[in-house]
Amino acid sequence: MCGHCGCGEGSQTTVLNLRTGEEIRMEREPREHTHADGTRHTHTHDHEHVHADGTRHSHHHHDHTAPVGEIVELEARILAKNESFAERNRSWFKGREILALNLVSSPGAGKTTLLERTIRDLRDDLRLFVIEGDQATANDGERIRAAGAAAVQVNTGTGCHLEADMVGRGLRELRPDIGSVVMIENVGNLVCPAMFDLGERAKIVILSVAEGEDKPLKYPHMFRAASVMILNKIDLLPHVDFDVGQAVANARQVNPHITVLQLSARSGEGLDAWYGWLRREAGTVRNTAFT
Amino acid sequence: MHELGITRNIVAIVGDAARGRPVRRVTLEVGKLSGVMSDAIAFCFDVVAQGTALAGASLEIREIDGRARCCACGNEFETATLFTTCNCGSQQSIRLQGEELNIKSMELMEAS
Repeated sequence: MCGHCGCGEGSQTTVLNLRTGEEIRMEREPREHTHADGTRHTHTHDHEHVHADGTRHSHHHHDHTAPVGEIVELEARILAKNESFAERNRSWFKGREILALNLVSSPGAGKTTLLERTIRDLRDDLRLFVIEGDQATANDGERIRAAGAAAVQVNTGTGCHLEADMVGRGLRELRPDIGSVVMIENVGNLVCPAMFDLGERAKIVILSVAEGEDKPLKYPHMFRAASVMILNKIDLLPHVDFDVGQAVANARQVNPHITVLQLSARSGEGLDAWYGWLRREAGTVRNTAFT
Repeated sequence: MHELGITRNIVAIVGDAARGRPVRRVTLEVGKLSGVMSDAIAFCFDVVAQGTALAGASLEIREIDGRARCCACGNEFETATLFTTCNCGSQQSIRLQGEELNIKSMELMEAS
């Protein structure tokens, strides 16, 4: 596949099924295979593709091509492809009454630790399935599995965010139950994941108090795209210069509707409010498949 | 840092639409609040276009200012950032423009 986000040609997305140990190298859609170095691929099922050297084949039909020099209005959304994959995922979730959440944060804010704790604490309550996104390693996927949830690890290679087709491929392996909760842990990055809809019901941005309270202002796209901001690691508040009030005010400045939850995945403080939110959201998608 | 991937999407979409005809010019609409840097797309474009129907094509990027309408007083105002607020003090507004990320048109050359 082609790289994303300033990466080179070596980028390769893999999906690791942690139940079976099977690793799948993901083939992305053919028209994304336009390589800058002129490398061409054989696209057996795409009869409209353009060859790098500009040649056309006789079996292609060009009867309707525009006259010479004509300006062709395209009005095409650049991210249309990801959006269509995201809608497919969204319908898939809806049909199975699955609550899908997209967890985003900078690296090290505590996404995986929060998931581990949530899986352990809600074991008898909600069925949780996890798609783990990282550039490399199955470390987080293994942590999730050890905590007791089925997980699929998506490694994006050099890509810095998950895209909707990767999630779709992950779901094919994960096969989450009807009425379950699917947590999609995105690649740790507060920039690109804001732009890529995965078909989730909500984005949850996690900000740890070891970071700056101005993060919402520095990365407004992410905090605006999120429905919930979790302030994590509040057990560290006595040791850091983090102004909770200012952080919340900054988040609300960017996104007046954002729900704020304060907790520590380590000490357990504040987790009840998070679990309450999860149960309510899972409840709202129940019995909605055919509505 | 996602502009290279986005530029690849642009070249792929236009390349498909051109159906093998060489492309002379591509016109984009990029909102200033879209989260995408026009300069970075322009920087990537020539490299990504190499070896495709878009090789040598010029790239025109129309940047679109952010505008919003205040939910409280109805005033329309320019928004330089995602969180610019209305002069009336209300933070509730509806974005009117500035988040576009579209391929507006392409200009095709004579097929050889």
